[in-house]
Amino acid sequence: MNYSYTICIPLIPLAVFLFTGLAGSRFRPVVSGLIGCAGLFSSFVLSLITAWKYFFVGGISGNAYPTIIAAKTTWLHLTQFLSIDMGVMLDPISVMMLVVITTVSLMVHIYSMGYMKGERGFERFYAFLSLFSFSMLGLVLATNIFQMYIFWELVGVSSFLLIGFYYERPSAVAASKKAFIVTRFADLGFLIGILLLSFYTKTFDFTELTNPHSPVFTGIASVSFLGLSAITWAMLLIFMGGAGKSAMFPLHIWLPDAMEGPTPVSALIHAATMVVAGVYLVARMFPIYYAYSPNALTVISWVGGFTSLFAAVIACTQFDIKRVLAYSTLSQIGYMMLALGVSGFEGEYGLGYMASMFHLFTHAMFKALLFLGAGSVIHAVHSNLMNDMGGLRKHLPITHLTFLIACLAIAGIPPFAGFFSKDEILVAAWEHNKILFLVEYTVAGLTAFYMFRLYFGIFWNKAPHYHHEPHESPLTMTLPLIFLAVGSAFTGFIPFGRFVSADHIPFETQMHLNIAIPSVLIALTGIFVAFLFYRKENSMADRIARSFGAVYKTVYHKFYIDELYLFVTKKILFNLVSRLIAWFDRHIVDGAMNGIACVVSTTSEKIKGMQSGQIQHYALAFISGAIILVLIVLYQLS
Amino acid sequence: MIQGIPITHFLIVSTLVFFIGIYGFLTRRNLITMLMSIELILNSVNINFVIFNRYLYPDQLQGHFFALFIVAVAAAEASVAIALIINVYRKYTSIESDNVNEMKY
Repeated sequence: MNYSYTICIPLIPLAVFLFTGLAGSRFRPVVSGLIGCAGLFSSFVLSLITAWKYFFVGGISGNAYPTIIAAKTTWLHLTQFLSIDMGVMLDPISVMMLVVITTVSLMVHIYSMGYMKGERGFERFYAFLSLFSFSMLGLVLATNIFQMYIFWELVGVSSFLLIGFYYERPSAVAASKKAFIVTRFADLGFLIGILLLSFYTKTFDFTELTNPHSPVFTGIASVSFLGLSAITWAMLLIFMGGAGKSAMFPLHIWLPDAMEGPTPVSALIHAATMVVAGVYLVARMFPIYYAYSPNALTVISWVGGFTSLFAAVIACTQFDIKRVLAYSTLSQIGYMMLALGVSGFEGEYGLGYMASMFHLFTHAMFKALLFLGAGSVIHAVHSNLMNDMGGLRKHLPITHLTFLIACLAIAGIPPFAGFFSKDEILVAAWEHNKILFLVEYTVAGLTAFYMFRLYFGIFWNKAPHYHHEPHESPLTMTLPLIFLAVGSAFTGFIPFGRFVSADHIPFETQMHLNIAIPSVLIALTGIFVAFLFYRKENSMADRIARSFGAVYKTVYHKFYIDELYLFVTKKILFNLVSRLIAWFDRHIVDGAMNGIACVVSTTSEKIKGMQSGQIQHYALAFISGAIILVLIVLYQLS
Repeated sequence: MIQGIPITHFLIVSTLVFFIGIYGFLTRRNLITMLMSIELILNSVNINFVIFNRYLYPDQLQGHFFALFIVAVAAAEASVAIALIINVYRKYTSIESDNVNEMKY
């Protein structure tokens, strides 16, 4: 089976990026858009072909799906045994991610043709989108952890560029810097983790690093530091990188602010693809987590569980629709992390792993749909705030219907996609940890509540006075909505366990009615409460909010986490550390430099009179020099 | 050798001519005079070449050719220098070297 063409899947968006970035402004903006769409479409088709070939034609060899290195070239030669390679690796999760990324990215490319129409920097937008697609595809196809790290940073950069797309808006600039700095800080941990891991294992290669029986791990397990083994440290630090990118508590603060970017960007980067890179990273390294550092896995499950609850609570109180969706993304990624954390490895014990990937897949569909739907609403009413919306179901029929499907999917109502994946996660949590299981039940109810709060608030409720009649978005925007709605409705029926599992050996999953029925009932309760509060205009929600008083205020201000960060950085770090360093820099380092410059300039001021412009002076100097030389030579000879 | 005149006589003459040239170059402010001083320096060198050739290698001719060469180059140099001096004169209406001092700090 020849897969060497897969190298084109990331390279086509790169070519598109180079072309639209360098030459895009010479043509009409729509040309860049069309080239971007065409490039992504070819990647999309290639990904589908790859997935079909990998799962159905190539299929299982022995009893497991093989890991295929489709292309590989040495990029940096470090030592005789250690080099950094660039290549393409195909295994069930990377093939699945290929499909997810190219699908959502293609939809976003098409959608942006309508949404970004007439914006300044249209071609710049498409160039950055292509750059992002290239980096993300390179990330999932990485053959070694260092390649992954390089693309990881590229993804961060393209996210930075796209959040700050409206660079004239100070809030967008602040948000892009925040996103970059927070994720970069987390990536520091990732890098240290990589160095630690490869220092002991002497390899970057995933084929070695994801095989627990590989001899490279003999050294690292015996080394320990501060009571934890070196491998646990390495894996925790690597998880720190993943937590930063996936916006896990307490590194989640950048994601809600990242909503300053254009809405299609939020759909692509901050909902469906980039933020799940952390989940993908943990899934990629999962065999090692499982075999060598179960402690790290416990940490992951608790961080995931806590984030999902924490974000869901905040989401209930926000009024900016994109922020609600951002917190909901946090919450759902928390689910995925939790599922990985509670997963086992062999066969059916790997249910959590498979459930996490399954949820990643379905979540990409319905969350992208939610964001694009929200974009369509924002496009119609020119506001992000729920208070400016209401009664839009008549004006935006297609958006309304697709948004409803997405809400049902994320709330976990059968037969929509979210139900199936969430059910698997709940089962996995039940088998492993009852407390986390209860947390996830609560989150399921909260999710249903805040999503339908959003839904009723936008499409039902009392319509405010619109300055001009809202109307349905153009076809370029509604087509992706319909496509993703179909995906959100039906992808749940994919028997995911047959394709993706921790040990690559397919297994069958069953429906667990004793867990599924209560979860559906909880979701329905959430929906019903939202229905009571927000279906028609009434003061019930306000009254309840008021009765909670201080608690509500704390949640509304996102538990003051941002303020806490500001306090720590501005008050403590800036005053205690930065000021001292700044003083040292200004007075000692700069002083030394200025001193040297000062000495040089005074000296030259003194001696510059020697260059008088009088030719005879020069001649005198020259001849005296010559005579002195002659005298020296004579003296030497004698 | 040249009918009993020792080499030192020639060398004394050439040294005198050389230092007269140096002195003239350093003390005169007139560009033409400075040019003439340079010619004196060159000629003192020519004398040395010819004399050393004559006394050390009487059957060879390198020294003579060198002297001829220097005469030719000196002629070319003089023409260039005079062209420069004419331009200086046009600009400053004098050929005092004190005026030509713009190339300084």
